[in-house]
Amino acid sequence: MGRMTFVFQRLLLLIPVAIGVTIIVFFMIHLIPGDPARTILGIHATPRAVAILHRQWGLDRPLISQYWLFMDRLVHGNLGQSLYYGVPAGPLIWSRLPATLWLVVYAAVLAVVISVPLAMIAASRKDGIRDHIVRAVPLVGLGMPPFWLGILLIYALAINVRWFPVSGYGTGFTGHLHSMFLPALVVAIALAPVVIRSLRASMLNVLGAEYITTAKSKGVSGHRLFLRHVLRNAVIPAVTVLGINIGFLVGGTVVIENVFAIPGIGQLMINSIFERDFPVVQGVTLAFGVLVVLVNLLADLSYAALDPRVRFDR
Amino acid sequence: MSGEGLTGPAGPMLAVDDLRVQISTRRGVVRAVDGISFDVARGEALGLVGESGSGKSMTLRAILGVLPPEAKVTSGQIQLDGTDLVPLSQSDLNKIRGRKISMIFQEPMSALNPVMRVGYQIAEGPRIHLGYSRAKAAERALELMRRVGIPDPERRFRAFPHEFSGGMRQRVMIAIALSCDPEIILCDEPTTALDVTIQDQILRLLARLCRDFGVSLVFVTHDLPVVAQLCQQVAVMYGGQLVERGAVHDVLLNPKHPYTLGLVKSAPDVEVVLESLVPIPGSPPSLVNPPPGCRFHPRCAFAEEDCKVLSTPLRRLPGGRSTACLHYERLEEAAVTDRTEV
Repeated sequence: MGRMTFVFQRLLLLIPVAIGVTIIVFFMIHLIPGDPARTILGIHATPRAVAILHRQWGLDRPLISQYWLFMDRLVHGNLGQSLYYGVPAGPLIWSRLPATLWLVVYAAVLAVVISVPLAMIAASRKDGIRDHIVRAVPLVGLGMPPFWLGILLIYALAINVRWFPVSGYGTGFTGHLHSMFLPALVVAIALAPVVIRSLRASMLNVLGAEYITTAKSKGVSGHRLFLRHVLRNAVIPAVTVLGINIGFLVGGTVVIENVFAIPGIGQLMINSIFERDFPVVQGVTLAFGVLVVLVNLLADLSYAALDPRVRFDR
Repeated sequence: MSGEGLTGPAGPMLAVDDLRVQISTRRGVVRAVDGISFDVARGEALGLVGESGSGKSMTLRAILGVLPPEAKVTSGQIQLDGTDLVPLSQSDLNKIRGRKISMIFQEPMSALNPVMRVGYQIAEGPRIHLGYSRAKAAERALELMRRVGIPDPERRFRAFPHEFSGGMRQRVMIAIALSCDPEIILCDEPTTALDVTIQDQILRLLARLCRDFGVSLVFVTHDLPVVAQLCQQVAVMYGGQLVERGAVHDVLLNPKHPYTLGLVKSAPDVEVVLESLVPIPGSPPSLVNPPPGCRFHPRCAFAEEDCKVLSTPLRRLPGGRSTACLHYERLEEAAVTDRTEV
């Protein structure tokens, strides 16, 4: 089986995932007390006005038939009409997606940039003082709630020293890079401890491997030994750990986007939940589900690209 | 071939003198190599034999300076072509390792980098030591692959180790070891992980390299027939020390130490020796608390009272032989009796 077949099979997996996500979200959201018609019309609206709006949106029908209607639209590529913004939900979500993708990718890159040197320092002297420090300090990052760390960083680096903007997405590539640094850093700090631990463990493993002795017996040393022989082998298991955790991280961006006022789908999701904007909430959740599956697929593909022993047949 | 004529003094290629290696463990200090001395002449193959855990591999790793972190050379000299390697820094050693001296390991699968194409693994030495360009090093790697008998080297160059059979992997290891025309190659049981026919091919290959290119070999093994096939000299190691040393034929045909006799008797294939397969009773000594006196005495059929107390350094015998046994004469008597019994 070739690589393309593998990718295709994994993409097929998106269908059951999507169905599962829609079922759960669709029924969960109707459990929340509150009514989109009331939100829009205000608390003084007459029952008649509310009922008209319900009929218009199809909310007076049984849930099953509402779900059927939703799925019927979905297979035609239509996520429905946003109840709050009054525009189609699909394009609305699509327009908010880049900011979230930026945050996820930026955070993942920062996490790698933080983790590789630290894991290297820790693994180079196992059980030394530096090893203990590298193993202990990032746990603080793991324990701190991201929204709180975000607020601290805004206070320290955006308000006090004004290195970074307090919030927003910025414009242009460098603008994004600058504006999104703090939110990406917050997410990276939550992600790094796990990656550091896994990288450190696999580096120690590799350092004890016979092929490293072979490399040394060839006279390979320094950077060459580290980059070509140690790191290349050590990142392979760490990539899987990173992939799984980016999945969690996609969910974590919801909170961070709100703290830093980034116009991504996480922020859209929170607002839509408050407005009981059902089609948008469903659409965003679906987008998150697809994103997690794609990230994991990407992790598996890079795993295979890094390790020539991996074959795509099972 | 290489370096011939450049080196004036015809001293030994490798001279190990009173080498000691200690490993610190939770249970105490293990004296893995405890004062061993041997020479390897140019173009000569020395077999270093003994059971697992007798310190053979540690000796090789000490020579190359690739001991595990918890092990240390505590005393002794390792003269490679007249230069003592023990006091050298890692960066000085890196100029010698792979260039003048190289090593072949027991398990070629774990000794090859799994994510690097074999061609690059072979070309890496010439890139570092000989300053070859990428293209020239690749050419060198192809030539080496041909020399060690890897078929279709152009295609195999870009393959990964897992795509090779065990025997082919060991040929890759040999090509790596040969890549900079070293003067001596350390072999750590290079044929143990291979089946017998492949084993034979690899041994013939090594013997040919030794003969044609004047490379010296130190060949660690517990397999006496292999030593008989490949080596001119043999040193028998027991409990971190040498118990006997000499020319292969003399030592195997006429052991002067009961442990060697035991090894010879337990080897089924040494046609020159008695047929009977008799394992050596008991187990190898603790290297944390080695037995006093001769380390072999608890397992020795010939042991006497003085074996338990007297230290047993190698003593020279006539004819270039040495033995650590106090009562080696008794072996000759026993050999005579054995033969009369058969």
